[in-house]
Amino acid sequence: MSSDAISARGDLRLTRITKSYGDFKAVDDLTLTIPKGSFFALLGPSGCGKTTTLRMVAGLEEPTVGSIHLGDTDITTTRPYQRPINTVFQNYALFPHLTIFENIAFGLRRRGVKDVKEQVDKVLNLVELPHLAGRKPTQLSGGQQQRIALARAIVNRPALLLLDEPLGALDLKLRRQMQIELKWIQREVGLTFVHVTHDQEEAMTMADTIAVMNEGKIEQMGSPADLYDNPETAFVANFLGQSNLIKGKIDGNDGDNLVVDLYGQKISMPKNRSHAVDNSLYAGIRPEKFRISLLGTPVRGNTLTGGRIEDVSYIGVSTQYVVAMPWGQEVMVFEQNDDGIPPFDKGDEVVISWEPNFTFGLRGDEDVEAGTEVNPEELEGE
Amino acid sequence: MSLPKVRVPYLLLFPGFAFLFTFFILPIINLAQTSTQTPIKGGDTGQYEQTFAFSNYITAFTENKEQFARSFVFATCSTLLALAIAYPLAYAIAFKAGKFKNILLVLVVAPFFTSFLLRTIAWKQILGEEGFVVPGLRSLHIISQQTTLTSTSFAVVAGMTYNFLPFMTLPLYASLERIDPRTIEAAGDLYANGITAFRRVTMPLSLPGVVAGTLLTFIPAAGDYVNAAILGSPTSKMVGNVIESRYFKIVDYPTAAALSFTLMATILVLVTLYVRKAGTEELV
Amino acid sequence: MSQKIKDATIPTIPFKARFSRWFGRNLLRIYMVFGFTYLFIPVAYTFAFSFNDSGKSNLIWKGFTLRNWQNPCGAPEVCSALGNSIKIGLLATTFATILGTMIAFAVGRYAFRGRSSSNILIFLPMATPEVVLGASLLSLFLVFKINPGFWPTVIAHVMFCISFVVVTVKARIASLDPRLEQAAMDLYANELETFRRVTLPLVAPGIAGAALLAFSLSFDDFIITNFNSGTLMTFPKFVYVSAARGIPAQANVIGSSMFFLALILVIAGQVVNRKKVR
Repeated sequence: MSSDAISARGDLRLTRITKSYGDFKAVDDLTLTIPKGSFFALLGPSGCGKTTTLRMVAGLEEPTVGSIHLGDTDITTTRPYQRPINTVFQNYALFPHLTIFENIAFGLRRRGVKDVKEQVDKVLNLVELPHLAGRKPTQLSGGQQQRIALARAIVNRPALLLLDEPLGALDLKLRRQMQIELKWIQREVGLTFVHVTHDQEEAMTMADTIAVMNEGKIEQMGSPADLYDNPETAFVANFLGQSNLIKGKIDGNDGDNLVVDLYGQKISMPKNRSHAVDNSLYAGIRPEKFRISLLGTPVRGNTLTGGRIEDVSYIGVSTQYVVAMPWGQEVMVFEQNDDGIPPFDKGDEVVISWEPNFTFGLRGDEDVEAGTEVNPEELEGE
Repeated sequence: MSLPKVRVPYLLLFPGFAFLFTFFILPIINLAQTSTQTPIKGGDTGQYEQTFAFSNYITAFTENKEQFARSFVFATCSTLLALAIAYPLAYAIAFKAGKFKNILLVLVVAPFFTSFLLRTIAWKQILGEEGFVVPGLRSLHIISQQTTLTSTSFAVVAGMTYNFLPFMTLPLYASLERIDPRTIEAAGDLYANGITAFRRVTMPLSLPGVVAGTLLTFIPAAGDYVNAAILGSPTSKMVGNVIESRYFKIVDYPTAAALSFTLMATILVLVTLYVRKAGTEELV
Repeated sequence: MSQKIKDATIPTIPFKARFSRWFGRNLLRIYMVFGFTYLFIPVAYTFAFSFNDSGKSNLIWKGFTLRNWQNPCGAPEVCSALGNSIKIGLLATTFATILGTMIAFAVGRYAFRGRSSSNILIFLPMATPEVVLGASLLSLFLVFKINPGFWPTVIAHVMFCISFVVVTVKARIASLDPRLEQAAMDLYANELETFRRVTLPLVAPGIAGAALLAFSLSFDDFIITNFNSGTLMTFPKFVYVSAARGIPAQANVIGSSMFFLALILVIAGQVVNRKKVR
């Protein structure tokens, strides 16, 4: 059984996985299928269970309940060294007492592979660091170590490559560069990548499919565009980018659209973008979809009147406005600085408008604050 | 975790602990039972019978209370002196040495690569009549013509202080080195002058090192007898000397055992009180 | 405006203030000089007197000679004592290191019942005065009618060295990143291979340090050895016994040599370490 595991291939299936530590459930009844060959991201804040899930897939932890399958093979209890799965660790975990060459060759040697030098050279060329083969890990920069950690895992051609926040320790520019490179390598080599991160921009840049996790459960899964355009819960709406969530009541139908009453003002939105279960809902609009106009200017689509600009932040690419609405809520508006028109001023009375199709509807009983807190732990990585 | 994993720690511990049990615990137990024996009447020297004579402890203590007191006084003095000498040294190496830290650390420990006996005897000769210290001090009229430095309590304490210095310096250095210099800068930023910053930041943070150092110095010092034998006189005998003589000169094992036990027990009590007061839990 | 500033005299700090500021800033450095001098006085004395043309009694300076260094075994018993100390040291170090390392791994790696009591048991020998350790062992040997001598001494040395080995190796184990072993298992190494290829090489410096420590403790030991060696002569015992009539200069030669040897070893170790990081 165990020797079969190493040759297992196929989709990764997690079925009803729960990991408990005493009363605390790090992962709570998780079911997930990761298709072979995709770049999959597990996204969520610190403590949401994403790293625990990853470690269970690697075999470094055992689930309390549930099963893990790779293709048709049950690998729930197989040891990590019997699984065709490799991990790129958060702090790289390069062996300090071995050269770069031996680090990369480690997995090959354990498996008794014959043409070690050829394979190591090939993968060193892939990460563009062939000249570092003789050095020791402490002599390399963070970015170089990261690429060697990746090479060390990839050279084994695993069925699944797990990445545990591998870019956390790199500075911004290097991180951006590595995001693109990782995506390229994944396409080039054709492996299944499972990437764990708390950085939503990173997930959206790199992944084909994202699963947003919160408190041990998956909130929503889909392509980056799906998750961003049509979030199903407040957590996803707030965690991915920013959202304006305005409380309202469904007032009636209009063909394929719903008529929604927001504090006395009526707007319309597509029925199939509403996840409300009764007639109370939160209307969600992304800040960049809002348009600001002065009173009296002609506007199209949904409109909300009575706004007054409270704050203006010029960012270069865009200007961000905080607009106070008559019912006391402040909404965020991002306007692209693409037409040379000077920004609005603080105190201006404005009208907000947007395309009705951009509206998404969340359940009326959602916690509007979910996903908005900046967790101090997140600021320094896990 | 599979079952074999549970057994591994015990397997690893077994040989070492078996050894320690046979050659540490058992001897101590044996010592305890020796301490309550009395010599067999009419038997040869070295023959005893078990009589549960707990009075041995009383006799041993009262006969040697002078040496007991002296041992603890000497140990305390040399520990305090060692602390006074080692602290500034450790501080200097930790904070002012820069890239020479490691070299200086090696130099602190290096003298102690020469044999302990050779060092102590060297001091005896340096402080003796033929050395340069005593005649020098005499000609400067700091001491009188009659005073000698060897065969005095002063020499014994000086020798002990010197010999146990690395045991004090290294733990002090270790905990001082761990202090982030920015905390001291922060103290300065918050209106503390140099002395106050030291008192309120550096010293408390170095306390674990102080505790470890004083323990590592005091414990062997209390039981030492070599310094007393070489640098002292018959009037400056410590408990260690008495125990040694009861084994080799006057054969009196029960007394020696009782003294050893009393010494060990006293040290343990003092150490426990001290550690509890100083508040550090993890020493090992 | 600038002309006015140029013409104004630059205020000078009076000499007294300058000196006291220099003194305050360099106080610690001055102290270090005194401190190190104090530490090295006996060493310098021992080294100097190893060149003494003294014959049997090395108490007063008689003249400079290299003879002692050319003939370090000249005095009777010196080299046999040295040989015994080295033999005992090597044996004791080997056993203490093996036993102590095993204990260190058990206590440092696994959580098991009795772990805190184990820690206390390991700490106890270090907290016991050498007199008591030596005397109690001797008592035990006497009870079992074993005469003090070579092997009892080796046993005694192993006993008091184990604790130091455990503490040293444990510290090294504690600084080991557990993720390295996880990475090894992730890369197809089973438990035994992980230990052999990752854990052990990384703990090795700690084990080496512990062995060195054990050897120096054993070599230099006097009190415990005195109780358990009987008529066997070790180097420290030899020095003690000959203190009355005067230690032969050859002992100084050996003492100084040990000093320089150990110094070279430690400095070499530092240099090797620095090279590794580079």
